Amino acid sequence: MSTAIQSISLSGRKKQVSHKEMTFWERLYLVAIVKGLIITIKHLFRKKVTVQYPEQVREFSPVYRGQHMLKRDELGRENCTACGLCALSCPAEAITMKAAERQKGEEHLYREEKYAEIYEINMLRCIFCGLCEEACPKDAVYLTLSKELVPANYDREDFIFGKDKLVMPLEMAMKNAQLKNAN
Amino acid sequence: MDSTFIIEKSVVIVTVFAITMLMAMYSTYAERKVAAFLQDRIGPNRAGKFGLLQPLADGLKLFSKEEFFPNTPNRFLFVVGPAIAMSTALMTSAVIPWGDKLHLFGRDILLQATDIDVSLLYIFGVVSVGVYGIMIGGWASNNKFSLMGAVRAASQMVSYEIAMGLSMIALLMMTGTLSLKEISIQQSGMDWNVFYQPVSFLIFLICAFAELNRTPFDLAECESELIGGYHTEYSSMKMGFYLFAEYANMFISSAILSVLFFGGYNYPGMQWMIDNVGVNVANILGIVALFIKICGFIFFIMWVRWTIPRFRYDQLMNLGWRILIPLSIINIIITGICILAFK
Repeated sequence: MSTAIQSISLSGRKKQVSHKEMTFWERLYLVAIVKGLIITIKHLFRKKVTVQYPEQVREFSPVYRGQHMLKRDELGRENCTACGLCALSCPAEAITMKAAERQKGEEHLYREEKYAEIYEINMLRCIFCGLCEEACPKDAVYLTLSKELVPANYDREDFIFGKDKLVMPLEMAMKNAQLKNAN
Repeated sequence: MDSTFIIEKSVVIVTVFAITMLMAMYSTYAERKVAAFLQDRIGPNRAGKFGLLQPLADGLKLFSKEEFFPNTPNRFLFVVGPAIAMSTALMTSAVIPWGDKLHLFGRDILLQATDIDVSLLYIFGVVSVGVYGIMIGGWASNNKFSLMGAVRAASQMVSYEIAMGLSMIALLMMTGTLSLKEISIQQSGMDWNVFYQPVSFLIFLICAFAELNRTPFDLAECESELIGGYHTEYSSMKMGFYLFAEYANMFISSAILSVLFFGGYNYPGMQWMIDNVGVNVANILGIVALFIKICGFIFFIMWVRWTIPRFRYDQLMNLGWRILIPLSIINIIITGICILAFK
């Protein structure tokens, strides 16, 4: 092993730093300034990285946890039975609900005999941990399905999302059913 | 003095005033756009098409801000500061020849507010008064950061005005006149002064950056050290006046640079245009040419801002006193020798 330790470069990018005197042209700085100007002017024509948010949304990762969605099954019936496990598991105590019994003639709306009459999530309290999704025995609440962020608002009251905002739209349920049948 | 003359001059003055304001307004927009593009962003694009109404929105915002007065014994001077900055910024535009002349209603209309034979001295005088706006504002703010900014601005101005004046002397030895109109006429064709006096141009350009308090010489208002420098205590439209004055100054400086070194309203083939197409068309094209040059310089100033970091204070003084001033004196000597040798 004759090579000195100083000459070893594992990454291959090692550079010897020197402290030599600057030449006249280097001391003028004008050359360096022109080089810098060329670098910046190149950026003028480069592709812009801005995502124009409201119109253009950055693509979510498949496991990104955003706004909750209360799922419907393939027949468009709500999965949730208002068991309250999500509320129990919620570390931020963001979820509240009120159960009701399914009446005759409502079988096309709710999958089981009990359903959530009121289901509210306080989006200001929610920490989007996903524990409600893990706790749910009926596959009802999901954070990954809606693919949207909770939008900003001016009133605190408006951040308490009820069933009108949470339940999966019927068209989406129908589409899911079609996809499933097609496969 | 007949009334048509007064009307003619009033129209020219009002137009120049309006254009200066408009250019200053859209310089703020251009600054933001250029900054954004140089940093791979898009910049303001919400107010109007391409964000073109952004300056109006900014102005509206500044108008609606609280009119704040610091606890200062000099309330009067506190108001005078931005007023001086603004008025001096606008006064310089009076002597700049925006074009040659238009032939309308049977008379020749000079496209210049006034063609005095000491235009260049007038500009230097007004510009050096401009620093009083900053100094008075900084002093009256009763705030140590403002005062620091004002002191820096003042010393920087004094140092760089010398180099600027000396670089001008070399040019004046060649042109033999102080009138900007005369200088413009001398540069007709492609006889631009920048080809004869590149060193003088370089010194003048660097000094213009310093006089404008623009990066890399924006020590008077460096945010990281002095909060906002001389305008720390200012709010609302007084603040707006300072910012606006800065952009108006930028426009005027670009205009002076174009007139002195880049041929003013001259463009290649201007004489041919006058002979074959007509005086009016040729001279309107001249105005356009001048504005293209001015916009080029404004862009350059912005471009430099997003390229070069701020100088340290001692580096600034070193550059001004020990490099630029000797360099401009050498330039004067060489110019003198050349004039003796070739004329």
